[in-house]
Amino acid sequence: MSAQPPETPCGAEVLIRCLEDQGVEYIFGLSGGAAIPIFDALVESSIQLVLVRHEQGATHMADGYARATGKPGVVLVTSGPGATNTVTGLFTAMMDSAPIVVICGQTLTGNLGKDAFQEADVTGITYPVVKHSTLVRDANDVPRVVRESFHLANTGRPGPVLIDMPKDVSEAPCDAPLDPPIDLPGYSVVGHAKAPDVEAAAALLARSRRPLLYVGQGAVISGAGKVVTELAEKLRAPIVNTLLGKGAADETHPLHLGMLGMHGTAYANKAVVDCDLIFAIGARWDDRITGNVDEFCVNAKKIHLDVDEAEFNKVLRPDVCLHGDARLVLEDLLPKVGPLDTEEWLATCEGWRERYPLKYPKKGGLRPQHVLDRLNALTEGRAIITADVGQHQMWAAQFCRTRNGRNWITSGGAGTMGFGFPAAIGAQFGHREKEVWAVVGDGGFQMTLCELATAAVHKLPVKILVINNNFLGLVRQWQEMFWENRLSGVDLEGNPDFVKLAEAYGIKGLRIRRPGDVDRKIQEAREHDGPVLLVAEVVKEDNVFPMIPAGAPISSMIIEPPKERMEKPSGST
Amino acid sequence: MAAPDLAPQPEAAPPVHTISLYVTNKPGVLVRVALVFARRGYNIESLVVSAAAKGDFSRMTITCSGETTTLEQMIKQLSKLVDVVHATDHTGTEAYETEIALVKVAAPLEARTEILQIAEHFGAKVADYGTDSLILRAFGSSEKLNAFIALLRSQGLLELVRSGKILMARGLDAT
Repeated sequence: MSAQPPETPCGAEVLIRCLEDQGVEYIFGLSGGAAIPIFDALVESSIQLVLVRHEQGATHMADGYARATGKPGVVLVTSGPGATNTVTGLFTAMMDSAPIVVICGQTLTGNLGKDAFQEADVTGITYPVVKHSTLVRDANDVPRVVRESFHLANTGRPGPVLIDMPKDVSEAPCDAPLDPPIDLPGYSVVGHAKAPDVEAAAALLARSRRPLLYVGQGAVISGAGKVVTELAEKLRAPIVNTLLGKGAADETHPLHLGMLGMHGTAYANKAVVDCDLIFAIGARWDDRITGNVDEFCVNAKKIHLDVDEAEFNKVLRPDVCLHGDARLVLEDLLPKVGPLDTEEWLATCEGWRERYPLKYPKKGGLRPQHVLDRLNALTEGRAIITADVGQHQMWAAQFCRTRNGRNWITSGGAGTMGFGFPAAIGAQFGHREKEVWAVVGDGGFQMTLCELATAAVHKLPVKILVINNNFLGLVRQWQEMFWENRLSGVDLEGNPDFVKLAEAYGIKGLRIRRPGDVDRKIQEAREHDGPVLLVAEVVKEDNVFPMIPAGAPISSMIIEPPKERMEKPSGST
Repeated sequence: MAAPDLAPQPEAAPPVHTISLYVTNKPGVLVRVALVFARRGYNIESLVVSAAAKGDFSRMTITCSGETTTLEQMIKQLSKLVDVVHATDHTGTEAYETEIALVKVAAPLEARTEILQIAEHFGAKVADYGTDSLILRAFGSSEKLNAFIALLRSQGLLELVRSGKILMARGLDAT
């Protein structure tokens, strides 16, 4: 440290002070040379450091914390590999609009661009996967950059923001005021939509006889769940939600048809095919939803409500676009609509619900669907569930009926394997009192299982349910269905004994082998005051249905396992 | 009415557009802008960045080619960048546009008169008078410069540097 007067704090100390002012409770991080001044400043701070075992885990923890609480999650890592290990987490947060702030140590400003030890051009590497980023070159900019970064991360369409802190900036004296004005002339946040657009949406709704509310994560972020339900009840319109919109409106509500899309419920997708109006609320017509977009809801009117103008006319051209915050816009819209004549339509939807229920074989070994069905029943849909990525994720999405938007957390847009378990840790830090379950597959879990140490050290009561089929199951399903069952790169031979693995970390390990064990073991895990790893040894070759082959129209949904080999899908994945 | 008009029309040559961006003068803004073009498969044909009237802001004038329907979306993605204050597509508007070209041509004695006649016709000035070559400086619309350069090609064009198009909205409209 240079000889500075002791009363002038350094950039790192001011950084931590500003984070405290932002209300930060936890920092998920891993130290390293260029970040030592910042970790040093943390020693005196009220902020609790959660030391992770890999930086990717830190980003997913911050993400899980953010999605569970609505407050930005904060990550602190060192330069070079520490920073590059956050790229997957940044991408994941970007795709799912999760507010995280990632602070990276960086080499000395004088070394930038010279291939110094552990120097990576982190802002350069991360441009496409951040909402915004700043390389801080002057310690006096720290307070402004922190305020701007938090403002950007959690307003408008939230997203990840990166702050790159060279070591000399961290060590330099900073005497700038701690509450400088935000200086972002190119950034504005929209609230209410334009009144004529709201009128136009109301007019379209008034003419509909088969309306459908298609609810996405934007509704969760804006806290629009209550008004979505009110709108559905007033219109007498059914609701479907996306994977990330799960629970924005209570999935157990009689008007709710569950998840739509590639592995959505048959009745949700049949409603999409037959509706005469589809109203996207904070959802973006993702290819998992539309299938072949040229054949998607061709004869239905479309209303698109989004806080991000760049989503309009991107995938398709809606009849009305409502640019604004989902909750505010729906509150404006609600008094302008009245009950619709939907009796017949609701009866049709109920008919589908009865005729095409989600189901699974009750015989022939332990079924993953059975485990998740029981998890949902025993937790009464009130636990926070984070899902990893793969078959277990889709089964969890189908069978765990989410009652509150922030109780369901998964990597949707990015499909990041390894997300689920650290996200559960983050969610548990955000809600110490709540029951948190990570539902993971044996594949994804092994990508971030080093965080078992983090859960153990903090004695977090997080429960990990490993749906173990010893396969990368979703890919195996595709290979079985579309690639003549030529299995390639999907057999996870060499999996560890997960119960022994848990015990090696000092964590309680439990195993479910038979259907008769399911309830007892889940309850045993719930009653244990600490982390539990519960591994369900499920049948190896089960498949997720319903399924819409990628790129196919929704009407080609497969509800039952097909008897014949199918043509390869035209969609990407 | 699901989006048949969004489908690309491969037979038509991609149209050229002129976009003006008003950006905060911060490091990395050019990369962020360029990445939007690259990701959507747009080809940047020229790009001029200069200081704006107000300090801390810069002006970018970009000519680019690609599908018109993609452009609408790209303008919104550019506007969404935190450092971009506004992005405007000036294609087909009456904005004042100009560009400068420096052209080095081989100028042996027997060809020199004709080259100078061409230059005079286009209002180009001789910027450097060498024994074997001339540098001509022309300015005007990009179309006029194209015609000028096409004529000089037959005279032994040695080097060409163009500034790229700059543009300003007329009257009290903001660029």
